[in-house]
Amino acid sequence: MRRYVVKRLLSLVGTLFGVSVLIFLMVHLIPGDPATQILGQFATPEAISQMRASLGLDQPLWQQYMRFAGNLFAGDLGTSLFTGEKVWDQIMNRFPITMQLAILSVIIAAIFGILLGTIAAVKQNTIIDRLVVLTSLLGISAPGFWIALFLIWIFAYKLALFPISGYEGIHSLLLPAITLGMAEAGMIARMTRSSMLEVIKQDYMRTAEAKGAALFRIIVSHGLPNAIIPVVTMLGLQFGSLMAGAVVVETVFSLQGIGSLAIEAISKRDMPTIQGMVFFMALIFALTNLIVDLIYSRIDPRIHFD
Amino acid sequence: MVNSNRPESYWGGMGKRLRRNKTAMAGVVILIVFTLGSLLAPVIAPHPVEQMNFNSRLSAPSTTHLLGTDDFGRDIFSRLLHGGRISLLMGLITVVLSTLIGVTLGIIAGYYRRVDLFIMQGMDILMSLPALLLAIAVIAVLGPGLTNAMIAVVIAVIPSYVRVVRSAVLSIREKEYVEAVRALGIRDWQILLKHILPNILSPIIVLSTIQFGVSILAAAALSFLGLGAQPPMPEWGAMVFVGKAFLSQAWWMSIFPGLAIMLVVLGFNLLGDGLRDAFDPKTR
Repeated sequence: MRRYVVKRLLSLVGTLFGVSVLIFLMVHLIPGDPATQILGQFATPEAISQMRASLGLDQPLWQQYMRFAGNLFAGDLGTSLFTGEKVWDQIMNRFPITMQLAILSVIIAAIFGILLGTIAAVKQNTIIDRLVVLTSLLGISAPGFWIALFLIWIFAYKLALFPISGYEGIHSLLLPAITLGMAEAGMIARMTRSSMLEVIKQDYMRTAEAKGAALFRIIVSHGLPNAIIPVVTMLGLQFGSLMAGAVVVETVFSLQGIGSLAIEAISKRDMPTIQGMVFFMALIFALTNLIVDLIYSRIDPRIHFD
Repeated sequence: MVNSNRPESYWGGMGKRLRRNKTAMAGVVILIVFTLGSLLAPVIAPHPVEQMNFNSRLSAPSTTHLLGTDDFGRDIFSRLLHGGRISLLMGLITVVLSTLIGVTLGIIAGYYRRVDLFIMQGMDILMSLPALLLAIAVIAVLGPGLTNAMIAVVIAVIPSYVRVVRSAVLSIREKEYVEAVRALGIRDWQILLKHILPNILSPIIVLSTIQFGVSILAAAALSFLGLGAQPPMPEWGAMVFVGKAFLSQAWWMSIFPGLAIMLVVLGFNLLGDGLRDAFDPKTR
């Protein structure tokens, strides 16, 4: 087990190294000189060459990268070109909302997905099953930004139950979390259903039925623990795409999370912030994947890593 | 399983199972309707797509304007028909490009063990970001716009092709018949094209169908964020974005274009699921 963790951590470092090269090159792939971009078209040549020197652009590329990577792995993501704030501080200020949003939507997705998927499997080939299958496919097919507007239209305008946008405590995260959780719930329902259909066929399920246990008990205490294993992996892997989905949802609901930070940074061409964000997201994504794999081995004693 | 005397061909059996699958056929019907609607847009659109009419701004759905009008009095239904051309064409181009690139890389990675590690390391780096974020990062470099959004989506979905194709090739390259043709001294590219590619077509077809929907969804999301197609282009994602500002007065401006996106993507997902079942009747 320890060897496995070490191996995974090493490959994580490898991936982050690759990402760091990629985001370093981002700046150099952009047409035009970064110094001119920062100072604007009308800057004097002296000011530009001074800026180039202070950005280190006059040094060879590999030296620039070494400096960049050194800072990066020391936790220094640079300074925003527009607010002058440290990129790391900016991300940390915005991260709690995105994190709350992601956790809330995972909970919503897990509850609805597992419940509906299980019901569909137990009632296989009935009208209930078909409805669940269709609804989950609709959830997967609907654009997140559209679900968001639809919910705002119904719950905030028509019924006036929720704030339209902005953050006024945890309840203002409910609609965004439902939006974000919708597609995930659909995927989880589909997965739970097919996994449960496999489990229902097993001998131990028939044994439990034969000894006269109630259907509810059979499903909850014998079926679910076995059917849920692949679903847990999925939930974890989805956590990363929830972060991506947050970009859209935070924009619609005007939430100050890291998703909307990314969009603001792109519209202002604030490269240090964009680079820092990409690196941060890759780090979070990789860490959640690692944690999921470790949890996976905990809940399924059959799995050994080595 | 087959009653006739002649054994059923692989593709014949697959086509038959697909036609019998009602939900897959529902997907096909949806896709045909939307494709025809887009192709015939200039003919069947009740109003010219850019015709503005300030007397009928933001008017609700009615018999003259089936799905209502927008803030310039333009007919939403007509714009949706024309917008379908953009969304479907974008989807088509991105799927064709990402299939070509992804399948080529996947076959190379699966067949030539020496470059495998190199290619897969690259894919791992691309996959270290969720697809939509990767697309956004690409746009951060290229700048917003319709073409750049398509490039971004292509880059973001390529890794999934490479992974699927590579593992399919890996399972086939050690088969006896591949060894046999190799022993005959047939050139590598001929083995790849004639003997390996035809045998991994089914996962590629299923994946491309699903990815068609995913690409449309991603492109629409980028347009909605202002990073892809720009208004006044009647691209569906961009239309939802414009409609967002008028949500309280004119819900039809954003709700209908979004509905169109959802239906098209649903069509591809239904068809994709059906194809998967038809290719592999055991897993249902």
